[in-house]
Amino acid sequence: MLHPPVTNLPIKAEVRNFNFFYGNFHALKNVNLPLCEKKVTAMIGPSGCGKSTLLRSFNRMHDLYPGNRYEGAIVLHPDQTNLLDPRVDPIEVRMRLSMVFQKPNPFPKSIYENVAYGLRVRGIKKRSILDDKVEEALTSAALWHEVKHRLKDMAFALSGGQQQRMCIARALATAPEILLFDEPTSALDPIATGSIEELINELKHQITILIVTHNMQQAARVSDFTAYMYLGELIEFGNTNEIFIKPRDKRTEDYITGRFG
Amino acid sequence: MSEHLSRQFDAELDGIRASLTRMGGMVEEQVRSALTAFAEGDRDLIELVIARDAGVDEMEIAIDTACMHVIARRQPTAIDLRMVMSAGKVVTDLERIGDEAKKIARATRKILERGSHGPTQILEVRHTGELAATMLNRVLDAFVRLDIETAADIVRCDREIDQHFRAIVRQLITYMMEDPRTISTALDIVFIAKSVERIGDHCKNVAEDIVYIAKGRDVRHMGLDGLKREIAAE
Repeated sequence: MLHPPVTNLPIKAEVRNFNFFYGNFHALKNVNLPLCEKKVTAMIGPSGCGKSTLLRSFNRMHDLYPGNRYEGAIVLHPDQTNLLDPRVDPIEVRMRLSMVFQKPNPFPKSIYENVAYGLRVRGIKKRSILDDKVEEALTSAALWHEVKHRLKDMAFALSGGQQQRMCIARALATAPEILLFDEPTSALDPIATGSIEELINELKHQITILIVTHNMQQAARVSDFTAYMYLGELIEFGNTNEIFIKPRDKRTEDYITGRFG
Repeated sequence: MSEHLSRQFDAELDGIRASLTRMGGMVEEQVRSALTAFAEGDRDLIELVIARDAGVDEMEIAIDTACMHVIARRQPTAIDLRMVMSAGKVVTDLERIGDEAKKIARATRKILERGSHGPTQILEVRHTGELAATMLNRVLDAFVRLDIETAADIVRCDREIDQHFRAIVRQLITYMMEDPRTISTALDIVFIAKSVERIGDHCKNVAEDIVYIAKGRDVRHMGLDGLKREIAAE
């Protein structure tokens, strides 16, 4: 991989010499990637390139399946915690990094209880604290004004775009340090997609964001940095403007200009 | 560059390049005709050049529209984006070159209408004009082939034209000082020479766009040495 551009920005997390295996399949090959604090980093690449695998490694989702194996580190700054260290509790990891998935996945509960879920898991019981945090999270997710009068309604009653924003609110409620997005708008229409992208723009003032997207234009619109992955390798990482105007690697150029294949 | 998955996209980009070449050919013809009209005092040719400028303007709008369509429908990136954005600028330069040809024709008409007071022929103007027309031809060819070596040479040629322009002005000042009755015509010839000099500048702009498309490096306002450094980089 080409060397990442030198940046003076503070780093929130770093993937170091990371390798991932699904059984015998070597899915990620010696990946090194910095995540700048309070910036949006997008991972793009064709299907099967390993971008979702890398994203899921951040919150130890792969621990759930036997046969998965990884080497290397994902280090969280400033405390230098290696998220992959077996001594680090995955539940603790998931408190610090929240994930939003492709399809909205509301729990079969009320809007309020969905957002309060992570807080209750953390043992917060006091109603006034829960109320405040739920309002705060829903406001951050640009949903508060639409749902404040119907917090007791089932989450399924919301539209797809609203459900996704509620899932973002649920992810934000526990005040994570990094927000992971796995194709967050692929199940949404253009208007709902626009509102999620707008939200990402707002959220990056308070949180570091890593997003996987199939939609290159989306990566170009929302991210500050872009990583292009191909066949398990990180081919190029750089400033999004540079990647989309003058990528350094021919493979990146072929992919983003639609000459891939 | 290899082809896109979408052949239609390739066809659209090729279409823009082909239109630019065609427009460049039209503009080059305008410049050569205007210079011939000046050198030979050909009144018919003067009117032809002025009348044909509308065709150049139409091409400008057509190519601009095509670029806009590609941006709207394809969201081009990287080299495609650089090409489309630059095409939009090249088209403006070409249209302005067309305007300069028209200005040469008009100034020639004034000289002819005025009659024979003064230096109606300055050999160097014709020569410099030829140089500029050739530059235009070369730069368009370089644009299609993304030939950055030729682009660098075009920037060098522009400096040559600037020197010729200064020499022409000096020569005309001598005429004007010797006989003030020549001033009106001499000034018209200065304007013609200035138009030729501007054509050189526009060709230089196109040359800089070529480097931008090919290398992704903005070499405007860098001078010839800076441009050569950028071309040599990486």
